[in-house]
Amino acid sequence: MAKRVLMKGNEVIAEAAIRAGCRHYFGYPITPQTEVMHYMAREMVKHGGTFVQAESEVAAINMVYGAAATGERVLTSSSSPGISLKQEGISYIAGAELPAVVVNIMRGGPGLGGILPSQGDYFQATKGGGHGDYKNLVIAPASVQELYELTVKSFDLADKYRMVCMILGDGTIGQMMEPVAFKEKEETLEVAKPWATTGMHGREKHNTITSIYIDPDDLEAKNRELQDKYREIEEKEVMFESSNLDDAEIVIAAYGTCSRICKNVIRQAAELGIKVGMVRPITLWPFPSKEFSRVADMPSVKGFLDVELSSGQMIEDVRLAVNGKKPVYFHGRMGGNLPTQKEILDEIVKIHKGEM
Amino acid sequence: MAVVFQKTKGLTDKPFHYCPGCMHGIIHRLIAEVMEEMDIIDKTIGVASVGCTYNNYDYFSCDMVQAAHGRAPAVATGIKRCKPEEMVFTYQGDGDLASIGTAEIVHAAARGEKICTFFVNNAVYGMTSGQMAPTTLLGQVTTTSPLGRDAETRGYPINVSEMLATLTGAVYIERVALFDYKHIQEAKKAIAKAFRVQQKGLGFAMVEFLSTCPTNWGKEPIEALEWCKEKMVPQYPLGVFKGQDLEV
Ligand SMILES: Cc1ncc(C[n+]2csc(CCOP(=O)(O)OP(=O)(O)O)c2C)c(N)n1
Ligand code: SF4
Ligand SMILES: [Mg+2]
Repeated sequence: MAKRVLMKGNEVIAEAAIRAGCRHYFGYPITPQTEVMHYMAREMVKHGGTFVQAESEVAAINMVYGAAATGERVLTSSSSPGISLKQEGISYIAGAELPAVVVNIMRGGPGLGGILPSQGDYFQATKGGGHGDYKNLVIAPASVQELYELTVKSFDLADKYRMVCMILGDGTIGQMMEPVAFKEKEETLEVAKPWATTGMHGREKHNTITSIYIDPDDLEAKNRELQDKYREIEEKEVMFESSNLDDAEIVIAAYGTCSRICKNVIRQAAELGIKVGMVRPITLWPFPSKEFSRVADMPSVKGFLDVELSSGQMIEDVRLAVNGKKPVYFHGRMGGNLPTQKEILDEIVKIHKGEM
Repeated sequence: MAVVFQKTKGLTDKPFHYCPGCMHGIIHRLIAEVMEEMDIIDKTIGVASVGCTYNNYDYFSCDMVQAAHGRAPAVATGIKRCKPEEMVFTYQGDGDLASIGTAEIVHAAARGEKICTFFVNNAVYGMTSGQMAPTTLLGQVTTTSPLGRDAETRGYPINVSEMLATLTGAVYIERVALFDYKHIQEAKKAIAKAFRVQQKGLGFAMVEFLSTCPTNWGKEPIEALEWCKEKMVPQYPLGVFKGQDLEV
C-alpha cells in the first residue's frame, strides 16, 4: 500500500480527477466546495490542462458540455444553489449523451439556505433534477479514501455510459481531513469516442452532437434507448456496503456523513444488547433496492431506521424497496445540523421496545 | 462542360428549411464558402444555437454541436479550450445572444476566447413566431409589443456590436448587411477576417448581420429588405466597431 497523506475531501476530489486523466475544469465559486476549484486553479496548469472560472454555474456546465463533446474528460463542481443552475445543462448532457463528472457538495436549502452540510438534494440528484426523462449516476462517498477511489471510477462510468456521473457529498465530507492512500498509477478505462466533435481531419462524415429530435417517433426512440441504458446500469452498477446484518434486529439506512455517525451508534447499541446492522448505499442511483428487499426478508429484522440530513428523501426509495414487508422509521436533521449519536441511539431503543 | 457554379463543400446536401426571403440561408452559404476557401472545413467545430437555425448542424458539413438557448459561447469556450488548434464558431440569433445569452456572450468576449461568433440580428424572435427581441426597434410591432415597442414599458434596443466593442478581449467586431451583391461580398470578407483573427489567436471576433424575417415581420421579401435598410440601419449602423486597423 502506498504511503498515506492527510488531505481535505474537496482537494482529494480534484486530485483524483487529475489522476483519472481529467484535464479540463470549469466552475464558479461556492461554499462548501471551493477547495475543489482552488486546487484545480493551482494544479491544472502543471498538467497542461484547462481551468476556467466561468461567469456562472450555467456557463460552467455549458463549458462542460462543449468540452465533453470533444471527447475529453471534464469536471465541474458546485454546491446546492449552483447545482440548481446547472440543471439545464445537465439535462442537455443527458439528451446529447455526453460523459461528464459533476460534484455536488450539498449545503442546506431551500433558497440560499446555509453553508453547512445537508443531504437535501437527494431528490434533485436521483430523480432527474432537470427537465425530461433522464437519470444521472449518483455516487455518495463516505470517507476521503472513498472520495478518491469513487471520483476516479466516476470518470470511467461517465465515459462508459456517456452520461453525467454525479458525486453527491455534503459539507462534512468535503471539508473533512483524513488520510488517503493514492495508487502509484491509476488504471482507468480507455473508451473509444468515435462520436466526438474533434474536427473531421479526414473522417468521412461530420459528427453532430445534439439533444433535439423534432419528430416524435425519433424522440421516443431516443428516450427508449436512454431507458435501456438506465436499465443496464441498474443491473450492473449498483454499489452498497452492508454491515452487521447477521441476526440484526434493526437495520439502519444511511449514506455519506450519516452512515459514519451511525457506525458508532451500532457499537453503542450492541453494548445495550440491541443488534443493529446497516445498509449504506454507495450508488444512490442506481439504488440498492434488491439489497433492501433481501434484508427486509430476513426473519431477524424487525424494522429499518433511515437517517438523513434532510426531512426524509432517500426514505422513499428505502420504503419502495422494503415494500411494506417491515416498518421503516426516520430520523433526520436539517439546516446544517448533524444528528448526534445519542439522538439516533434513542430512536433505536424506542424501536426496539416497540414504542414507535 | 465547364462548371461555372457549384455548391460549396462547406454545406451538406440537406435542403434548408428557411422561409422564402430569409437571410439565414445566405449567411450559412457565406460562412460555408469561407470555410472552404480557407480550407478549414476539416478543422472547424461549429456551435448551433436555439432559434430558426437550431438544426444548422445538419447544413454545415464540419463537425457541429447544438447548444442550449443562449449558451453557445460557453459551449464554444469548452470546445476551444479542449481543441485550441481547431476553428470554433457560434451561430446565434438576437434572442439567443442578446437576451437569454447576454452573460455568456459578454464573458466569452471579455475572456478574449479565440472563437468567432456570427450574430444574426433580425429584430425579432423568429422561431417562436415573432415576439419582441432585445433588438426590436422602438415602435416596431411584434406579437409581444402589439402596439409597437414603447420605451416606457419595454425599454430600448441593444446595440450588441457597440457594447462588445468596449471589451478589451474583443479584437474584431463588425456589423454587416446583405442588401445587395456589394454588401454580401463585404459580409463574406468580414467572415473571413473573423476566422483569420481566430487562426492567429488574437482573441474574440464577432460579425453581426442585419437580417430579415419576412414571415414574422408580415412583409414580402423585397419589402422586408427595404425595411431593413430604412429602419434597421439608422439604429444599427454598419461598420467596423473594433479592430479597424487590424491587419490579418
Ligand atoms: C430555455 C429556453 N427558453 C425558450 C425557448 C424557446 N425559444 C426557441 S427559439 C427562441 C427565440 C429565438 O430567437 P432568435 O435567437 O432571435 O433566433 P431567430 O429564430 O430569430 O433566428 C425561443 C425563445 C427555448 N428553446 N429554450
Ligand atoms: S421565421 Fe423568420 S428567421 Fe425564421 S426562417 Fe422564417 S424568415 Fe427566417
Ligand atoms: Mg431573431
